[in-house]
Amino acid sequence: MKAIVVGCGRVGSRVARQLDRSGWEVTVVDEREDALHRLGENWTGGFVVGHGIDVGVLERAGIEEADAVVVATNGDNTNLVIGQVAQKRFDIQCVVVRILDPARAEFYATRGLRTVCPTSTAISVLTDAVRSCEVNREKVAG
Amino acid sequence: MYILVAGGGKVGANLARALIGMGHEVTVIEQRQDRFDKLEEELEHQVQHGDATEIYVLERAGIGRPPDLVLGVTGDDEDNIVICQIAREKYGVPKVIARVNDPRNQETFDLLGISPTVSATSTILALVEHEVPEHGLIHLLDLRNENLEIVEVQIDKSSPSAGKTVAGLSLPQESRLISVTRDGQSEIAVGSTKLLPGDRVLAILKPGWEDEFRRALISA
Repeated sequence: MKAIVVGCGRVGSRVARQLDRSGWEVTVVDEREDALHRLGENWTGGFVVGHGIDVGVLERAGIEEADAVVVATNGDNTNLVIGQVAQKRFDIQCVVVRILDPARAEFYATRGLRTVCPTSTAISVLTDAVRSCEVNREKVAG
Repeated sequence: MYILVAGGGKVGANLARALIGMGHEVTVIEQRQDRFDKLEEELEHQVQHGDATEIYVLERAGIGRPPDLVLGVTGDDEDNIVICQIAREKYGVPKVIARVNDPRNQETFDLLGISPTVSATSTILALVEHEVPEHGLIHLLDLRNENLEIVEVQIDKSSPSAGKTVAGLSLPQESRLISVTRDGQSEIAVGSTKLLPGDRVLAILKPGWEDEFRRALISA
């Protein structure tokens, strides 16, 4: 199985490494060549320098044979556009897009894009954490 | 009309001034503080500060009414695409116009159905092409929705079409001649219209047929 990861920041690089470890053939795309170091010294997967909005760059990364595309650059709108290009132009069935803004993540999810919103996740985890504190305090008080 | 202008740079600000001058109701959204401050001095309540791809910013600017027209004219192509998609698909804005900053992104605007688009680079290039027709074929207009284009060619002495009638040409299947201009006079091209050296000919064709069209008319 082949995966392309667009954006080699904290998130993208770790996703790439984990997929690589579980047997995927992974190619990473990032504008900055020095982002390669995030993949570790022993990175044997692919790495293409370029902007993911550039169709030529996606093609060089092998998007035409990809089974999955993960889009995790640091720009929400860039991710939304690249994700839609992967879906509509290259007909990739599994496209996962990181969106920090919950409102845009929700809207594009209704349009058939699989969005993952770390902000929403953080909000619910933090809220749950606080709620569980209250429970414990009640227990102490009780 | 109520018009929302996303992006208050040179393009957005000047559009807003012109549209206000024409009597339209306009709201400009600008993200950069320095630009916003300057614009606010001039346009007062007609400019809003914020990221025009944020839904709450759009709502504050009145996207829910919805506007008759949204202009996505920021300096960022992805932002313009997202603004136009949200406007049209979430709020039912009937018409959007997007600015293409990098002409290489044109196909992505087309792929995602964002139309019409305006690109300064492409417009200037087309004008340059008009001045210096490199291959004899001048693009005058792209009809994106129809997937057709209107081109102009000039017939010269060595052209294979010189001296022939329109009916006598072996034009590619996906093309038609529109008109022939000679000595400042134009006429609609019909089967009996004869082409002469010096004539300027307008034609409509499907993209991809340019080379065959050029061979049939101007170079063997």
